[in-house]
Amino acid sequence: MRSLYISLVSEFYKSRKTLAFWAAILLPVVICSLVSFGFYSSSDKILPLNYPGLMLWARYSGATLNVMGMLIMPFYVIFMAFSVNNIEHKNDTWKTLFAQPLNKFSIYAAKYIYAVLLIFICLFLFAALTFGFGYLLQILVPKYTFNQYNPATFLINSYSKLFLSSLGILSLQFILSLVWSDFLKPMGIGFVGTIMGIVTASLNWQYAYLIPYSLPALALRITKIKKGGDPLAFEVFTQEIYTSLIYATVFFVIGYFVVSKKSIK
Amino acid sequence: MSNFAIETVGLNFNFGNQTIVKDLSLQVPKGSIYGFLGPNGAGKTTTIKILLNLLQSPPDQVFLFGKEINRNRIATLKRVGALVEQPAIYGHLTGKENLINRCILLGIKKSKADEMLALVGLKEAANKKSTKYSLGMKQRLGIALALVSDPELLLLDEPTNGLDPNGIIEVRNLMIDLATNHNKTILVSSHLLAEIERTATHVGIINKGQLLFQGTIDELHLLSKPMLEIDVDKTGEAAAFLRQSGYEITDQTAKKIIIPFVSTKVSGTVNTLLIQNGFTVSSLYQQRKDLENLFLDITKNN
Repeated sequence: MRSLYISLVSEFYKSRKTLAFWAAILLPVVICSLVSFGFYSSSDKILPLNYPGLMLWARYSGATLNVMGMLIMPFYVIFMAFSVNNIEHKNDTWKTLFAQPLNKFSIYAAKYIYAVLLIFICLFLFAALTFGFGYLLQILVPKYTFNQYNPATFLINSYSKLFLSSLGILSLQFILSLVWSDFLKPMGIGFVGTIMGIVTASLNWQYAYLIPYSLPALALRITKIKKGGDPLAFEVFTQEIYTSLIYATVFFVIGYFVVSKKSIK
Repeated sequence: MSNFAIETVGLNFNFGNQTIVKDLSLQVPKGSIYGFLGPNGAGKTTTIKILLNLLQSPPDQVFLFGKEINRNRIATLKRVGALVEQPAIYGHLTGKENLINRCILLGIKKSKADEMLALVGLKEAANKKSTKYSLGMKQRLGIALALVSDPELLLLDEPTNGLDPNGIIEVRNLMIDLATNHNKTILVSSHLLAEIERTATHVGIINKGQLLFQGTIDELHLLSKPMLEIDVDKTGEAAAFLRQSGYEITDQTAKKIIIPFVSTKVSGTVNTLLIQNGFTVSSLYQQRKDLENLFLDITKNN
């Protein structure tokens, strides 16, 4: 446990000045600010539509969520998996890392957990900023109806789904970035995978859920709406989430075997 | 307890079909500075990586402090500091941050970082990004990183690579200080014999993965038999004369004759003999066979 903890502290210490770390903060800040600015500056076009609170929140948070779920999230995860490993490839530091008196599992798990944490921070900020900026918009444009509905549960549920559904991609990309030191191979495979995921998810292919890359997009589809129920209230643990978690676990274990057999040439 | 800090027993290592290390039996006594010599590509770095368990060795072939390495990886690594090939440094961090990161990993006080920077003379550059370091500075930071845990055994892979003469002398003195005053064992690899000759107490010579010589530096010196070089006129006649008088001629050039050195007395006799027979001897001196040549001889013949 101790070696896992110190490996994790070291991961943070090493990367706190890198783009990978700041991307987790900048990405939500930039995207949420842009969307909110859009809602602020074009309030004269949105107000005549007379959305009730729930619909306004759905439109507003959907603007961020849809872009995230479809495109940015898979690429962000691919980038995280890449950069956590690339810091060692680039500096040729695998050899010193593995020559430290720490067990290999800790070193590997700390890297993985760190990537998970960064994704978590990023999505948490997305949810929090969407929530906060929504109420800020209400203050700036008093005619908006953001105050009529509390989106907390909806935001927590959707971002939790997005988070859990992306772990499958993370574990898979993590192995690719661990094995290959170059940027193009994991990125290329990730890119093709993501496009495949988007296509299969939007075509509603029945086996789309078997492709890790399509899971974030699938997870965000609102499939069943109970009559008379809140359309924004939905189940978190669906088939996509289970699939993602299974993929995440399996690839995580495979990754460990790759690490433990890794010869440092 | 074993008296060897490092002991390998018939170590073999292959990359695929390619044999890198063959039947290598290193014995590095505690407290020694062991010069690990060999030309480029001889298997030095591979051996050092095996000693760090970065490359998996077959079971029961590698022992550090008397313990089998694969079964005691963490306990062994706690006692070892290493500099392998190019120093592994995070370029986006400063020299000090690199050391602090290592302190975090080792669970030791961060104040150690400043101490190490002072030791290797990088105090002024402590807060400079290490990508901006010169090769020599990187090498010194690498040594600092190896030393930060105060290890009993240091594995230094060509530590003077890229250093200027001053830096080389500093590293040399540092190694001697660490071994004599702090009782550390140092294995230092190099492809330059002159480099090792000045510091090492023990020497191992490796070529194409095989150990060709292992022993103390004095034993290595013994291998190089001293010669008597005689600068004389009419070398052809002089050589013929000496041969006639029962001396063995090792080598003969336009200006000098080389015969095996036996004793100063015999050298005197040879001198007298030559002069009495009308030859002019301008100088006569004992010459040790250059170790550099010896090294080349040993490595060439295999």
